[in-house]
Amino acid sequence: MSSTVATESSSRTRSRARRSGRALAVLLLGPLTALAGLAWAILQPWRVTLLDPEGQGFWWLLAQPPLYVIAVGLLFHALVAPGVVADLEEERAE
Amino acid sequence: MTALALMPPAEHVHWWFATGFLILGLCLLARAIVGPAVWDRRAWRRYLWPTVAFLMGILMWPVMVFFTNSTLHVLAHGSWAQVMMLAGAAELGLAAGKLRDPRWHLTVPLAFIVSGAAFLVHEQNGWLYSRSAFVHHLAGWLLIGGAVFPLLATFRPRSLAYNAGFAAVFIVLATVLYASRDVAPIFGHLSPEAGVPHR
Repeated sequence: MSSTVATESSSRTRSRARRSGRALAVLLLGPLTALAGLAWAILQPWRVTLLDPEGQGFWWLLAQPPLYVIAVGLLFHALVAPGVVADLEEERAE
Repeated sequence: MTALALMPPAEHVHWWFATGFLILGLCLLARAIVGPAVWDRRAWRRYLWPTVAFLMGILMWPVMVFFTNSTLHVLAHGSWAQVMMLAGAAELGLAAGKLRDPRWHLTVPLAFIVSGAAFLVHEQNGWLYSRSAFVHHLAGWLLIGGAVFPLLATFRPRSLAYNAGFAAVFIVLATVLYASRDVAPIFGHLSPEAGVPHR
């Protein structure tokens, strides 16, 4: 009987640790994406035409792929990740 | 002529689709990590992937109209738009509970295979003809190979590996599309017939 309790307790602990790992993974997705975009902007600054806007047409000023990647990462982190982690925690509490 | 001058360069359209796929890929990866049960707790998240798939299918129509220069291009983009809308609509039906048979999920690998084939058939040049040709070949085979993930996930919907693989296809596809350029070399190769490279 006691060994059953111990096994269940150990299983719960492992499950909690895995869930924490999952929350951390979700929280890391946005910052890692933004970092990738930042690295791209540093490696290929000519992709960010806003840094040297003279002579650029409308579409070239609108298209800033490294900034798009940074924006996607930040928006995901601000708008999507918190709700997902909150629901994960809620599931853990149930 | 004026309308043409107002059109964005084709490479920009590729980058905007890449951004859409990146958003989708991140959301699907988060879904794979936490599991469908947690992800589907909020209605907007449950409908996100089907809606984006359907929307991207709709957006493929203006791409077909304004960015195609041959019958082959028109057919490729048209069939592409149709299967993306079919997959999006089927996934919307499943999310809403209007469709109950899980085999409707098979429309997603079908959309992947048709989309991959569309990439391949409308690129008539070899891999190293130019950057654009390379991107089309790579994206085509990525989608055809990547179809295995939604196919397997249809039968094991809670599998972390299959769902993460499904998400990874979109993230890799976004990366490949961001590399697209109208005229640029690939690994030092550029056919003289491709035109003059720019930035």
